Amino acid sequence: MKPRRVAAIAVKELLQVWRDPRSLLMALLMPLMQMLLLGYGMNLDIKHVPTCLLDLESSQFSDSLAARFRSSEYFEIVGGLASQRDIPAAMDHSVCRMALVIPVDFSRQLNGAGHASVQAILDATDDNSASLAAAYANAVVSGFSADVQMDTARRYGSVVLNPPVQTQSRVWFNEDLASRNFIIPGVVALILALVGAQLSSLTVAREWERGTMEMLLATPVTRMELMIGKLAPYFLIGLLDAVFCLAFALLWFGVPFRGSVLTLLFTTSLFLVVVLGIGYFLSVSVRSQVGASQLALLLTIMPISLLSGYAFAIDQMPPVIQGITYVVYARYFVTILKALFLKGSGALALWAPILGLVIYAVAVLTLAARSFRRQLG
Amino acid sequence: MMRAESDPAIAVAGLTKRFGPEAAIEDVTFDVKSGEIFGLIGPDGAGKTTILRLISGVMAPDAGAVIVAGADVVAQPESVRDRVSYMPQRFGLYEDLTVDENIRFFAEVFAVPGRTREERAARLLSASGMMAFRKRLAGQLSGGMKQKLGLACALVHAPRIVLLDEPTTGVDPVSRREFWEILYGLRSQGVTMLISTAYFDEAERCDRLALLDSGRLRYCESPSSLRARMPGALLEVQTADAHAARAVVAGLSGVVSVLMVGEGLHVHADDAAAGPRIAQALDARQVAHGDIHQVTPGVEDLYVALLGSDASRGEASP
Amino acid sequence: MNAALPDAGAAIQVQHLCKRFGNFSAVSDVSFDVRPGEILGFLGPNGAGKSTIIRMLCGLLRPSSGRVLVAGVDVVRKPESVRRQIGYMSQKFSLYQDLTVEENLRFFGGVYGVRNAKLQERVRFALDMAGLGGRAGSLVSELASGWKQRLALGSAILHEPKVLFLDEPTSGVDPISRRRFWDLIHDLSAAAVTVIVSTHHMDEAAYCNRIALIDRGRLIALGSPKQLRERALSGQLLRVECGAPAAAQAALKSYGAARDVAIFGSTLHVLVDDAAVRAAPLEEFLRSHGLPEARALPIDPTLEDAFVELVREESAIVEASA
Repeated sequence: MKPRRVAAIAVKELLQVWRDPRSLLMALLMPLMQMLLLGYGMNLDIKHVPTCLLDLESSQFSDSLAARFRSSEYFEIVGGLASQRDIPAAMDHSVCRMALVIPVDFSRQLNGAGHASVQAILDATDDNSASLAAAYANAVVSGFSADVQMDTARRYGSVVLNPPVQTQSRVWFNEDLASRNFIIPGVVALILALVGAQLSSLTVAREWERGTMEMLLATPVTRMELMIGKLAPYFLIGLLDAVFCLAFALLWFGVPFRGSVLTLLFTTSLFLVVVLGIGYFLSVSVRSQVGASQLALLLTIMPISLLSGYAFAIDQMPPVIQGITYVVYARYFVTILKALFLKGSGALALWAPILGLVIYAVAVLTLAARSFRRQLG
Repeated sequence: MMRAESDPAIAVAGLTKRFGPEAAIEDVTFDVKSGEIFGLIGPDGAGKTTILRLISGVMAPDAGAVIVAGADVVAQPESVRDRVSYMPQRFGLYEDLTVDENIRFFAEVFAVPGRTREERAARLLSASGMMAFRKRLAGQLSGGMKQKLGLACALVHAPRIVLLDEPTTGVDPVSRREFWEILYGLRSQGVTMLISTAYFDEAERCDRLALLDSGRLRYCESPSSLRARMPGALLEVQTADAHAARAVVAGLSGVVSVLMVGEGLHVHADDAAAGPRIAQALDARQVAHGDIHQVTPGVEDLYVALLGSDASRGEASP
Repeated sequence: MNAALPDAGAAIQVQHLCKRFGNFSAVSDVSFDVRPGEILGFLGPNGAGKSTIIRMLCGLLRPSSGRVLVAGVDVVRKPESVRRQIGYMSQKFSLYQDLTVEENLRFFGGVYGVRNAKLQERVRFALDMAGLGGRAGSLVSELASGWKQRLALGSAILHEPKVLFLDEPTSGVDPISRRRFWDLIHDLSAAAVTVIVSTHHMDEAAYCNRIALIDRGRLIALGSPKQLRERALSGQLLRVECGAPAAAQAALKSYGAARDVAIFGSTLHVLVDDAAVRAAPLEEFLRSHGLPEARALPIDPTLEDAFVELVREESAIVEASA
């Protein structure tokens, strides 16, 4: 293998990318746009859920309960309803997503039987946020319930008993529970994969389409020299993009970073190698630029969005799907990224996903190099 | 193994390549002598590009042997790649690189030292009149200039053997002549050239040529020796009424074929003596005509005369 | 009678045609006439203005100045009407590979407004002309190139145009098919269809009745192949065969009667004033200079010789006046 030939190919590739407005746009502008779109657009938190109040009793108790909902940042009381019949219409017209119904005998039940029920009706067309809203509503009501107990106990002169067991939850690593903090590291992975695979998927196919590959085949250039020479510029571009995206996440979105920068760069490089290798393999196997780049899109967006754990937790998925995610290369990188950003884990603790990436990188590069046939037909 | 100077630069024996059920080329055998310009002549689809690809090691044959400068191309294709230069049909240029960047790329790939590259590039480019265009993107050059750049890139590592696939297709005659002057210059330095073309008039410019017909090689010799094989004589009949003249002449005995051309007829006759007989026949039917004289047959005339009955095979079934 | 028309019977009249793109003059003051049924060849270097002129003749490009009449239609004023009168065939680009022979013909017929019974008749005609009567249902991609070419010609004449434009019609096609194609063109010519051929191929140019040589936007020569050959060379040619062309060329540098010496394959083409007279002395000279087998024969100049010479003359004139 001659470094001189590798360098010649790398220089040529760099010049070609530089002069191709499409590639340049993809390499530089797309990451920025994706970061903004996904960073701001994807928000799995719920706040200010529009709520309608149907207070059938209008008593001090019911007012108290309603006040709790009003002061909670998770709910926003947008109006009152006159009767049960009005609820479906309010939901259909998206006036509210939750309807809180306080029954007509709320106080009487509390005073008499000692317990009462409040009804929360939820619009579950978005099932995720409906469950969250229900959980929050429960929390608000529990808080109210506890206070009522304390008050009642005091009024009747009982000793205020502290409940024997209390759960104190503390959220570790992502205290704000800001979904953004765990989404953005994943977004970085998605962007790198998209850009990397797209750029490298065009490279060999382009030479075939333009007729220059035949010329290259007649020169002493070897398969390895060709692959390394062609991928080197994209590796550099990918690293630049990675640094840019990560800096953007830290400085613009304020995502915390607690791990080691060296480990970050190392694992990012590994991931880039995998992604570029996949693109190269597609470029070699599919001789049209359009075809290769479309396949590249398919092999990046689909698995990463759904199966890498960046938006949807893997351990919540059915076991079969969980098994499938082991084949999704981005899964390892997303795990690593989240750990580095939010947990500050060291490289040693991450040995398993790092090994996953290494195995993947070796496999992909070998496949890509082998699939390139050094002679025609 | 010591190579004698008289050993052929390229030796091809029994070369066969199939794509699917049909053979693109079948049992092709020929030699190219060191320092000669050898032409592979034939229409599109005759197998010219396939042969060149097989010789350059870019493609492997189904059967046959290829020896280039003593190296076995079939067994070890990589061994031939720095001895031979291959210029494929679409010039093999990078359109988004400048003239200089293209030359530099190929020089680097063949490990040409920097200073040597500079000297050679200057020489090749000024010989082609391209010095003013060094910083221009290859895609912005005219067809004739692209071709010269392609040639310069193919020559920057001073190969002893050059393969050119239809380098002058679509290029105007003036540029074509300039291109050939460059090739003759190379020949005087002892470079061996194998060039394929569908332009039959270009065949005359080669030292020796091979006529290809549907994947088979017919006739491998010099233009003059090929001409000597042509039976009979080619006569030009000048007339403004070619249609009428043809009707008269076609039926005459001793006339093999009649072709209408711009200035009248080209008649392939058994011998030159047919001239006066033709004149007589035309006069008898009052078809106006001018001079009737013998002309030198071109390679296309030879192709038709020699391959005529076989080539029409292709005509029988569309 | 319109006094401005020099040749009322001409199929095509071009008068002082000019086309400028900004400061650049692509075509300057081109004038010529073409008789009905004539086969005219357009030759010229790339970028010389050939395609620009043809586009103006077809009504695809508006001239900066000048007059163009095609089949009696003033092309500048009525570019759309001229299209009914012309057919255009470009061998490499005319046909749809994934449609059958008949589907292609019907498509082009439809595009040119040929319908119903007339279309049937013309499709039949085109199939017979191309020899594809039995293969109307075959996909074009299955045909050999000679057949495709004749089919493309058929597609271009379904609407019985008076003028036919051919763009490199037979390049890359085998000689037998080429001759068959040109027989068809001659048949059309005999039926008074005017044919304009644009080509780089000297073999094709030889089929033309007259040739127009275009260089740098100007018409630098117009005449039959014979006229061009005679006019171009300021002398006659000798072919010298001797086995060592480079050595012979070097030797002839000192031979005054050899005005120009060019290598041609393994022979030399030597320009002299009178070939018959100079042949023997030249042989003698070479034999006495170490080339015992030298032979010199008079030959006719080729069209390519004429072409190159005329273009060189023109360049010299342009440079001298600059």
